[in-house]
Amino acid sequence: MPRYAALIYEAAATEGQGTEAEWAAVMAEYMDFGATAGAAGVLGGGEALQPTATATTVHVQGGKGGEMLTTDGPFAETKEVLGGFYLLDCADLDEAIRWAAQIPGAWHGRVEVRPVIDFGRE
Amino acid sequence: MTAPADDLARMVRHEGGKVLATLVRLTGDMTLAEDAVQDAMVAALQRWPRDGVPANPAAWLTTTARNRALDMIRREAQRTRKETDAALLDEVTNRLAEPHSASVVRDDQLRLIFTCCHPALAPEARVALTLRTLCGLRTLEIARLFLVEDATMGQRISRAKKKIATARIPYRIPADHELPERLPAVLATVYAVVTAGHHAPEGPLESRGELAEEGIRLARLLCDLMPDEPECAGLLALALATHARRDVRVDAAGDLVLLAAQDRTRWHHDEIAEADAVVQGALRGRRPGPYQLQAAIACVHGLAPTMADTDWQQIADLYGHLERMAPTPVVRVNRAVAVAEVDGPVAALALLDELGPRAEEWHLYWSTRAELLLRLGRPAEAAGAFDRALACTPNDSDRRFLERRRAEVRAQLAP
Repeated sequence: MPRYAALIYEAAATEGQGTEAEWAAVMAEYMDFGATAGAAGVLGGGEALQPTATATTVHVQGGKGGEMLTTDGPFAETKEVLGGFYLLDCADLDEAIRWAAQIPGAWHGRVEVRPVIDFGRE
Repeated sequence: MTAPADDLARMVRHEGGKVLATLVRLTGDMTLAEDAVQDAMVAALQRWPRDGVPANPAAWLTTTARNRALDMIRREAQRTRKETDAALLDEVTNRLAEPHSASVVRDDQLRLIFTCCHPALAPEARVALTLRTLCGLRTLEIARLFLVEDATMGQRISRAKKKIATARIPYRIPADHELPERLPAVLATVYAVVTAGHHAPEGPLESRGELAEEGIRLARLLCDLMPDEPECAGLLALALATHARRDVRVDAAGDLVLLAAQDRTRWHHDEIAEADAVVQGALRGRRPGPYQLQAAIACVHGLAPTMADTDWQQIADLYGHLERMAPTPVVRVNRAVAVAEVDGPVAALALLDELGPRAEEWHLYWSTRAELLLRLGRPAEAAGAFDRALACTPNDSDRRFLERRRAEVRAQLAP
């Protein structure tokens, strides 16, 4: 079955800017999602990431072996940043979108759904 | 090329369009399906003039395309010697052996419409894919209709096809409970085809007409495939009623002609009558929607002998109904125009006043205001409103019109 990564984009609370109470409320929503999706068997895993203050963007210019450029911070300078992801095992994109829409990040920010490369089929 | 050869080519293309939907389902691969159908169409164009057109052209094309698709998959499986390709070959061979009937062909087309109009695809890609796979238009033709480079359109289509394959956008008719979510994208895509035919004044006239006609053909197909969805009929009626005014909508200079100034004898009244019959039938189902209401409004205008003899009360009521479903500034401004005819310009201005800042970026809000102020004998304020309209940077045609109106008003103001 194809796998999907659900990447969660959020600002504020999950980026460590919110209050304790806001953080706890958001965590409760994630616990809720984790329980529901876990029980349904679509959850293949997931991790939370450190805030973007710890991020470094690396770029290699001119292809393999070229000059490496490193910058502090995430790649895209937008209000929402990558805060974590879920791996969703779904039959097709419709099912993946349905689950993605239930992730709290879908309302606190954006969730990007991307198919995961299945090297067995490539 | 002689006329019969042209007719044959058109027939092959039309039949090929139906066959494509089936091949997409059978192979699960839009590119492979297109290649197979293309080959079958080429074979038909070679053989039919010599051997005669078969009794069932679609069946002939389907069989030929199926065999061609199997050849291609078999060759690929031999080349790669991969288990996955061999498995695909088995799977497709089994599916190809299934009998197919007319109802299956209809379902195939419906499946393909929902795939091409999937919300995960960009709206302009939906339009292009739909024209290509359901109308059988070539990339070159679609590019010409939308005034973009052939290569740009080719990329747009191939990117969309790649996304369908890689992200696994399914070939599936949505369940009834999913339709409210999925049908609007399909209707909007077909409506975009129709309106692109009307709002491309820089394009050649004949291609604009072609686009609108493809849109109407698609709307008819939707009605046929989803007879229980009244908004499909609403869309068809709206497309017909709009297209019926094609000959007088723009003047020789390409400028928009206002409804009041259009020569109504040059409307296609038979098409308006059809639109009216279609929308009345849909409205009897008592599940009104934005397309049905807009179609009903277009039909009230279309059936009125003159601007003055228009049933403005009905139009105002229909806009009121539409505004409850789609509360947009555009609908409010149109409703105000109708209300001005029924209750006078003061009532209409009050409706515009309620809109507030969200409409102030839109030139037609200001020009509507200006016309109402003129009717109230306040030309100085009207001229100011025309200034604001022009400051919204309208398109060339609208700008010329607004500048002319403003000059007329200023002439009144001159001492």
